[in-house]
Amino acid sequence: MSEIKTVGVAGSGTMGAGIAIVAARAGFRTIVYDTRQDALDRARKQTAGFFAKSVERKKLTQPQVDRIMVDLTATTNISDLAACDIVIEAVFENLKVKHEVFGELNKVCPQQTLFASNTSTLSITEIAAGSGRDDRVVGMHFCLPAQLMKLVEMSPGIKTSDGSFRMAWDFCRAMGQTPVRTKDNPGFILNYFLVPFNNDAIRLVEAGVAAPADIDRAIKAGLGYPMGPLELLDLVGLDTHLLVAEALYASTHDPRAAVPALVKRMIAAGHLGRKTGQGFFKYAGNAMFGG
Amino acid sequence: MSYFLFDTGKSRSFSGSHALRRNAAKSLKTADVHVVIGSRVDKYRASLPKWKNKTAVLLELGGECLGVHTGESRGEEGSNVLGFARFRLGDSEPTDLIELVRQPRTSEAAVAAAKQVFENAGLQVAVCGDFAGRIIDRLVRPYYNAALRRLDEGLATADDMDTTLRLGLGYPEGPIALLERTGLAHHFDATQALFEAYGDPAYAPARRAQVAKQRSAAKKK
Repeated sequence: MSEIKTVGVAGSGTMGAGIAIVAARAGFRTIVYDTRQDALDRARKQTAGFFAKSVERKKLTQPQVDRIMVDLTATTNISDLAACDIVIEAVFENLKVKHEVFGELNKVCPQQTLFASNTSTLSITEIAAGSGRDDRVVGMHFCLPAQLMKLVEMSPGIKTSDGSFRMAWDFCRAMGQTPVRTKDNPGFILNYFLVPFNNDAIRLVEAGVAAPADIDRAIKAGLGYPMGPLELLDLVGLDTHLLVAEALYASTHDPRAAVPALVKRMIAAGHLGRKTGQGFFKYAGNAMFGG
Repeated sequence: MSYFLFDTGKSRSFSGSHALRRNAAKSLKTADVHVVIGSRVDKYRASLPKWKNKTAVLLELGGECLGVHTGESRGEEGSNVLGFARFRLGDSEPTDLIELVRQPRTSEAAVAAAKQVFENAGLQVAVCGDFAGRIIDRLVRPYYNAALRRLDEGLATADDMDTTLRLGLGYPEGPIALLERTGLAHHFDATQALFEAYGDPAYAPARRAQVAKQRSAAKKK
């Protein structure tokens, strides 16, 4: 049984919006915080679109969605997260930025509030060290798209108390997710394997081995993967991939984790993926995945 | 698109009954495309110049590059000849994916004809350049080696690693279960060949693949 009633999500990007859907859909009062109102507005619109599709597909009823949307609020004032029993951080994959966010949260949230980080590559222990409450920080790495994927990689930092980890674990299960305990290692399990794999796919494009559509078709038809690596990168966003890969490379010095030059050129050209309408492929809209 | 099938025996792509075999023309003369399958397509290497009036000539490849059969020159190689392989991992059944290998100056009409032949037989086609490992092997072998190494290093149990990758990425199978099913010794052969081709340590066979290969070799003695 989860002791958590109110959930904060810091960051309303692709991951933050998806995590907020998971929490709100499970019946938790959910407050999404972002410094930018336009980002919150965009996330709200995408969330409404996602739930509309859920109704169409008869996964939820309209009254259920109406209740969820009432319980799911947004704010640009970090002090509003003071009401939360847990705050899940989903901001840029940068240790300094995460320390700043947790430092601010530490000032406004009560002592008992649990902090969780959706980091995919950074050390939970290092993140916790800048939080002011390193016994109550837990790694909760949701998978993309968070609103559809059940797996959550959960990692304790060196100082995380057993009680904090257990509380976060129970909360994760109460959201209907499937937690898997991993060591506090760079990239945990998923990104340790996924980021180099995706970089290798980008290098095939760079080297002219095959076109993006052919690479993705090969991986899907040959291995049965639900998405090709380049389609997935477009969904993640090339800017996000850059941050994740640079963080992983800084921790591991694995040459396969090093970001291919093409990524930086695409970012410079504004080809970030789905969110800008073009990445390795072109997109007509930026509707949220699934429903 | 009419094609004639030359079978040199022991095809890894089309060993059993398949629409590609059933749909083949009975007459050599009327065929627009020649498809050569089996492990000895080299037998037809001398015939390639005589078949230059065909829309396309398709040669089944093993691990070798197409250039081994056609020759290469200054990055300008290319004709009506393409290579192909139906992807399969080790001992598993072939998939419905054809990796279609072209060269820099391969005729676009030949590529289109090749795609039509395979797609009409119910297969999916991914076009790639003439590089060792083509698309999939080049991408998955480093991943499999990394999974085997991390298993040795105790990142997680084999089951937990497989479960995480299945649930987290929607893969039908985790890497450890997949390698056990399709054969670690086969993985050794594929990744060792790529290690020799590219010299990239990511392709160097992981310890567990080396052990499996040694045990497989010992059984054959």
